[in-house]
Amino acid sequence: MSAAAHDYSHFVQYRADGSAALDLILYDVDCAACFIDIENSLKSVPGLTNARVNVTYNRLHVDFEPSKITADAIIDRLAANHYHAKPFRINDAEEAERARSQYLIRCLAVATFAALNIMLLSISIWTGGVEGLSPETRDFFHWLSALIALPAAAYAGQPFYKNAVDGLRHGRWNMDVPISLGIILALGMSVYETAHHGEHAYFDSAVMLLTFLLLGRVLEQAMRKRTRAAAGNIAALKGKVAYRQMADGALVQVPVEALEVGDVVIIRAGDRVPADGRVEKGSSSLDESVITGETRPRFICAGDHIYAGSLSLDGTIEFRISGAGQSTLLDDISQLVEKAGAARSHYQRLADRAARFYAPVVHATAMVTALIWLGLGAGLHMALVTAISVLIITCPCALALAVPAVQVVAAGRLFHAGLFLNSPEALERLADIDFIVFDKTGTLTRPEPTVINAADLSTDMVEAAGFLACNSRHPLSAAIAQALPPTRLSYAVNEVSGAGVEAHVNGEIWRLGSADFCLIDDEQRVIDRTLSVIYLRRGTRTAALILSQALRSDAPSVIAALRAFDLPMMILSGDHEKAVQYCADQLGIENWHSALKPADKIAAIQELTHRGHKVLMVGDGLNDAPALASAHASLSPISAVDLAQAHADCVFVGERLAPLYQAVCMARYARRLMQQNLALAIIYNLVAVPLAVMGYVTPLMAALAMSASSLLVTLNALRLHRIGLSLRPMARAPRTSHAAHPAPMDV
Amino acid sequence: MMAVLVFMIPLALALGFIGLMAFVWSLRNGQYDDEQGAARRILSDDDLKQADMGHDAHH
Repeated sequence: MSAAAHDYSHFVQYRADGSAALDLILYDVDCAACFIDIENSLKSVPGLTNARVNVTYNRLHVDFEPSKITADAIIDRLAANHYHAKPFRINDAEEAERARSQYLIRCLAVATFAALNIMLLSISIWTGGVEGLSPETRDFFHWLSALIALPAAAYAGQPFYKNAVDGLRHGRWNMDVPISLGIILALGMSVYETAHHGEHAYFDSAVMLLTFLLLGRVLEQAMRKRTRAAAGNIAALKGKVAYRQMADGALVQVPVEALEVGDVVIIRAGDRVPADGRVEKGSSSLDESVITGETRPRFICAGDHIYAGSLSLDGTIEFRISGAGQSTLLDDISQLVEKAGAARSHYQRLADRAARFYAPVVHATAMVTALIWLGLGAGLHMALVTAISVLIITCPCALALAVPAVQVVAAGRLFHAGLFLNSPEALERLADIDFIVFDKTGTLTRPEPTVINAADLSTDMVEAAGFLACNSRHPLSAAIAQALPPTRLSYAVNEVSGAGVEAHVNGEIWRLGSADFCLIDDEQRVIDRTLSVIYLRRGTRTAALILSQALRSDAPSVIAALRAFDLPMMILSGDHEKAVQYCADQLGIENWHSALKPADKIAAIQELTHRGHKVLMVGDGLNDAPALASAHASLSPISAVDLAQAHADCVFVGERLAPLYQAVCMARYARRLMQQNLALAIIYNLVAVPLAVMGYVTPLMAALAMSASSLLVTLNALRLHRIGLSLRPMARAPRTSHAAHPAPMDV
Repeated sequence: MMAVLVFMIPLALALGFIGLMAFVWSLRNGQYDDEQGAARRILSDDDLKQADMGHDAHH
């Protein structure tokens, strides 16, 4: 079966002229100069027309002629030079972020060009006023400014105008409405003033405002693009292959993405099920802990439904992929998710709440100003000019930057800590939470089982178990081999299907497997049926290895650190009582429930919500997806099933749980800075508006005030770089600590 | 004074505009897609090596 052909055609993009392109992700490439070596090694390959590495994203793009070389051969060629590459397809979401990013940078370039040139003219006007600039020259400069500002604002302001129109159409009053109104009114009034030989024009202020705001949006978008690309890389590296059976019975190795409804797929012991479907032939024990949280395996045979993500433990099965709507479990879960998600979409972001309060106040102030000046006997022209200058000076430059600036810095720091934000408001929702609900399997514990009683075994028994496990293909053997220290023995090993592994060593028989296979006496068997046990025999001595999902290495210290925040915690698990109790006891969480169905989890979260709690749900299984969608905020490990990840606000990578603590810390600090920034913006307005109302605001003042306030909130946001996110080490080291991988990943 | 301004300012603007267009071109051309790669590529002297090898072959 290992000789099955690869089929990478899913990833190759064929062009009309007969050439083709392929994108690959490089992994395990860690030397700085490797990419040049990679490009050079591909240069001489016939049929390859272009190979270029993107060092920032660890990707390789190749153009080739499919008639001369296959995608398979290119990957083999790289592998021969010890470079590992995995084909992938840049997904639509990432492409969209990239296009959006380019568009915003273009707008920023145009706005910056216009702002700098207009400023040059404006400075001449301002200083020229002292030395006696003739009115003709001033008018000429104003007209030139208009010539630059009008097309630039028409082009570069589009992101704001579009958002404002969209918002108004849906009856929402967002921050882009006052921005667009301010820019358009400032330009309109300036043109009017210029045409009437007025002394003041506001072209510089309007375009500078646009530049500052675009700069904020470009930075925000760059962060999003980077997160999306990193997530895309991780997803592609996680992407698995499956053995598809063709009509003629041949097996072809295809990427899981290329599987279609109706395909027949073969699953061997140790494989994960790539898609949902119904078993046609064979039987196996299935570890469905990713789906239900239950760690005891389920026996399946022909006719049973199986779900993507479950792990086949012993037998080989053949199954047919079924479409959506054909399995009851998935239907139930999708319905629950839909209901749960609707409640959360009402969340309103801090910036939008500020805008809703802010815009009417500003517009009313401008109106009242015009009326007062009219009432005081000033001309219509004077009243309008003053009202518009109120709008310009209050134009929410600082206010519009107050929240995004903090968000960009926070998302950047979390990115380096191994945490990706799925939605822009995730950070704000994370800051609100006052209750944490955990799933157990795969969240508090590691997704794969390990030996939990290794410390109780004698050294030579551990050695024997490690050796036998290393030489077995059974998935539980891999768990045993990883949990025990490496051994360097080499003897012949037999794998006895359905029973275990056996070796003859110096006249002794060593066996690892079921109780019967290892000839275990009745009184030595572990009676507790909730534990998965593997037995070991070394000559005359025997031992029982107890397998369980061990806690993530830093889970106890993370729980302790979160407790210091006064956050009550609860475990909601689909697993059986004993397993949950064991885990809860280790962590000291008193509040736990076991054997829950997805609907029970939602009910528990809704009850907490009714009691006034804002719940953070942390979970990874298919059974957690509805709970993730219904909670106020949610977090998933990267090992979670797709549906769970899609409904989580953020996803963290790595074996450690620390990103949870970092996310909560960062969110709370970020919210404090956002509030400070909003307060700064309001103080600025309290000072500037009275001056504008009294008619003292000149274009120079408007420009200075706007830059200063924007700079102030941005600098305040940068303070986020200075807070510490590391956990204080616990006095007592966690029991199960070994091989903790550092979480940060740099892309 | 006016005459020289009428001539010089549009000229300065036109030069600036060329710079802007050059930037937009480089953006569309994907020159900013791989900042780290660009930073490292400049340190590679592969092109020199090839020239040297050609040089050696002559002698």
